Amino acid sequence: MLVFLLRRLMQSGVVLLVMSLLVFVGVYAIGNPVELLINPEADQADIERTMAALGLDKPLWMQYLIFLRQALAGDFGTSFVHGTSAMQLILHRMPATLELAVAALLIAVVLGIPLGLWAGLRPDSPSARAIMGLSILGFSLPTFWVGLMLIMLFSVQLGWLPSNGRGASTEILGFPASFLTWDGLQHILMPALNLALFKISLVIRLTRAGTQEALLQDYVRFARAKGLRSARIVGVHVLKNILIPIVTVIGLEFGSLIAFAVVTESVFAWPGMGKLLIESINLLDRPVVVAYLLTVVSLFVMINLVVDILYSLLDPRIRLQAQAG
Amino acid sequence: MNFSIKPRSFRLSACLTSLAVALTFATSSVSSQELKIGLSSSPAAVDPHFFNNDAISALCSHIYEPLIAIDAEGKLLPTLAVSWRAVNDTTWEFKLRKGVKFHDGSDFTAEDVVFSLDRPATIQNSPSSYTTYTKAIAGKKIVDPLTIQLTTAAPAPLLPNDLTRIFIVSRKAAENATTDDFNQGKVEAGSGPFKLVKFSKGENLQLSRFDAYWGNKPAWSSVTLKFLPNDPARMAALLSSDVQLIENVQANLVSQFKANKDLTVFEKMSNRYMFLYTDHRDTSPFVTDKAGKPLDRNPLKDVRVREAISKLIDRTVLTERVLDKLGVPNANPAPPGMFGHNPNLKPDVLDVAGAKKLLADAGYPDGFGITIFGPNDRFINDEQVLQAIGQMLTRGGIATKVQTQPMASYIPKASKKELGFGLLGWGVGGGEPSSPLRGVLATTDKDKGLGTSNWSSYSSAQYDSTLIEALRTVDDKKREKLFQEAAEIAIKKDFAIIPLYNQVATWASRKGVRYLPRPDEATLAQFAHPE
Repeated sequence: MLVFLLRRLMQSGVVLLVMSLLVFVGVYAIGNPVELLINPEADQADIERTMAALGLDKPLWMQYLIFLRQALAGDFGTSFVHGTSAMQLILHRMPATLELAVAALLIAVVLGIPLGLWAGLRPDSPSARAIMGLSILGFSLPTFWVGLMLIMLFSVQLGWLPSNGRGASTEILGFPASFLTWDGLQHILMPALNLALFKISLVIRLTRAGTQEALLQDYVRFARAKGLRSARIVGVHVLKNILIPIVTVIGLEFGSLIAFAVVTESVFAWPGMGKLLIESINLLDRPVVVAYLLTVVSLFVMINLVVDILYSLLDPRIRLQAQAG
Repeated sequence: MNFSIKPRSFRLSACLTSLAVALTFATSSVSSQELKIGLSSSPAAVDPHFFNNDAISALCSHIYEPLIAIDAEGKLLPTLAVSWRAVNDTTWEFKLRKGVKFHDGSDFTAEDVVFSLDRPATIQNSPSSYTTYTKAIAGKKIVDPLTIQLTTAAPAPLLPNDLTRIFIVSRKAAENATTDDFNQGKVEAGSGPFKLVKFSKGENLQLSRFDAYWGNKPAWSSVTLKFLPNDPARMAALLSSDVQLIENVQANLVSQFKANKDLTVFEKMSNRYMFLYTDHRDTSPFVTDKAGKPLDRNPLKDVRVREAISKLIDRTVLTERVLDKLGVPNANPAPPGMFGHNPNLKPDVLDVAGAKKLLADAGYPDGFGITIFGPNDRFINDEQVLQAIGQMLTRGGIATKVQTQPMASYIPKASKKELGFGLLGWGVGGGEPSSPLRGVLATTDKDKGLGTSNWSSYSSAQYDSTLIEALRTVDDKKREKLFQEAAEIAIKKDFAIIPLYNQVATWASRKGVRYLPRPDEATLAQFAHPE
C-alpha cells in the first residue's frame, strides 16, 4: 500500500511539472499580458516599468525557473491582474465550485441510479423507454443551451428561481457554504441540475446496463430459486455488484464536474474557480491559469487514488497494485 | 429584501432558440431604496490606485471622488476642487471644497490630496499604474488647508484633465493600507456618495448610502453591483427582475428590449472612437497582389490608396445595418461637444468611382490583396463590422481577407506591428482628445512618451510639431485650435488612420428606474433614479 502511494505521488509530481511547463510556454506564446492590461494612455516607459514590476522583462526560461523555485517553497506566483497570491484566489473560489460539483453529483446519483435500475428491470415498459429517451437528450444537448432554457423557463417565465449568482452563505469549518440556507438552495438548484444533466444520463445508462447483465447471473437465479423477496435481490445482490463500475465512473466524473463547471458557472454567474479561469485566460493572467490547472490536476490525482481505495473496499478480489506485484 | 417577483401571466414564445424572444409580463414592485445593477465586467479591485482600468474606475466612482470629475456630457465638473487656475505655465492652483467628510468621519484637506497623489507610485505590482497621470507633478505645496499648488517641470495644461483619473482618499484612513485592505473594506477612505459594505471578487459589490455626503444624496439606500460578464446571463437577470438595471445590452436584443413595455433602453453616443490603422512602412506583412503573391512595395504607403479605402467604406451601412444603429459615423477623435472637436473633419461618404480613380492614379488600377485584422470579443458586433468592411473593399478592387481573434491574442500581435491593417477602438477620456492624438498618431518616441499605440507607423513632422505645441499651450482657446489643426493634418490630409464611427453605449432598466447615460460608458448608481 505504501509503495503504491509513493509511486502514485511521484507520477503526479512529473505530471504537474510537465503541465506547468506546457501552460507557461503556451500562455507566453499568445503574447505579452501587459499590452493587454495597461491603460492605452500609458507610454512606453510605463509599459517597461510595469513589465519589470511583474517580472515579465526576463527571458522565459528564467521566469519559469523563478516560478519553480517559488513553487517549491509553496508560492505559486502573484496574479498579474489582482496583485495577490494566485493560489489564494483559486482556494477562495474553490468552495463555491466544490459545492456546485457535489450538489450535481448528488443529483446524478439520487436520480440516476433508481431510474437506471427501473429501466434495467423493466426494459420493455414504456416508462423505461421514456427514461432512456430522456437520457439521450441529456447526453446530446449542450450544457450552455440547457442552462439558458432553464433560466428562461424558471426565472424569466415563471419567476420561481433566481437567474444567477450564489445565495447567502454560512460558515462551516471556516468555509462559506450556501446549501444550508433556503436562499442558497434556491440559487444552487438550477446550476446544479444543469451541471448534473450529462452525469444523470451517464449513471442511468451504466446502471441499466449493469442491472441487465447482473439479472442473468447465476447468483440472481439462485437467489430467486431460494425464494428471496425481489426487493432484497435487487437492493442487495444486484445493486452491490453493479456499483463497482458506477463508483469508478462517478469518481472520475467528479473531477470533470469540477474542471468543466466552467460553462455552467459562466451561464449562471456562479462565482467559482471556472469563472475565474475564463476571466484569467481572457486577460492572459498566467499565474492564475497555472495555479488553476495545478489545482485541478492535483484534484484528479487525489480522486483517482480515492477511487482505487474504494474499489478494494467494495470488491475484496481487487488488491492494490503493489501488493499484487 | 423587499423586492419581489410576482408574475401574473406569461406566454411561451414560439421560438425557443433564444432567450431574446422571451418577453415576460412580470409585474414587479421596485423599491426606491434598493437598487441592483448588472455590470458587464468583473473588476479585480476596489483600491482606487491599484489598476488603471475603466471598469475599476467606474466601480470606484461610487466610493471615491477625484478633485475634478467628468459630468454626463463629458465636461469637467468641479468636485473635491471647487476651482482651479494656472498661476503660471508650470503651476496650477486648486481651491478645495469646504466641509467634505470622509466615510471615516475625518475632514478633507490638502494633506489628503498630497497623500493621494503620492500613493500610486508606492504600489509596486500594479498591472497599469496611475503614475501615468501623476508623474508630471514635480512639487506639491500646501498653501492653506483648502488650497494646494502643483508644479510641473514642463508646462502641463492638461493636468486638470489628468487629475480627473486620480481618486482622493483619506490620508488618516489609508496611510498604511494595502490593496487587500481596500478590497476587504477595512479602510473607509472615500468621500463619495456610497460606502463600501462588501466586495466579493467575481460576484458583486455591495454599497450603502453615505448619509454625510456633501453633494446630492443618491436615491438608493443600498446598491448591489453584480458582475455578469456573460451577455445572456446579464440579459436574463434583467428579464427575470434579479437586477433593475444593466449596461451593454446585447446588440441583437436592443430593438426587442425597446418594444418590451416593462423595459426602458437608454442610449448615448460613446467616446469610443473606432478606426482602422493602416501601414505606412515600406513593406507590410499581409499585402499581396491579386494572385496572393507578397508585394515588395506597400500600396498603403500612398496617401491616395488610404483615401480610396476610406471612400470605399459605407459608414451608413455599418452604423445603421451592421451595428443596428449602435454607431454614429464620426471622423473626429473629439466627438461633437468635446473640447477640441473640429467641425471641418467630416466622415467620408461612399464614393466607389472616386476610390477606383484614386487607386488607378496610385498605380493600382486592378487593386491588390490585403488582410484586415481585428478582435471578435471586444467591440459591438466587431466581427460583423470587419466582414462588412472586407466586402466593401473587395467591391472596390482591394481583395480583402478578414481575420478576427480574441482581444487577448489580437492586441499583443497588433502592438508588435505584426499585422499592418486592422480595427481599433479608443475610449477618449478626460474630456479632451489628447490621448489618441498622442498615442495613436504621433511619431513613436519613447523619451517623449509619444506614439505608444501608433500601429500605423505614421510619422509627420508637421503633425508632431503642432501636437507638441498644443501639449504645452496653457491657453485653452489656443490649445483647442492646435488640437483641431493636428487632427485635420493627420486624418483629413494624411489619412494616417481611417476613421469609422463612434459606438453607442446602451443601458436597459426595468420600469421604475431611469438612468442618465454617460459618454464614458460608466454605469454609476448615483446616475440612476426612481421614476
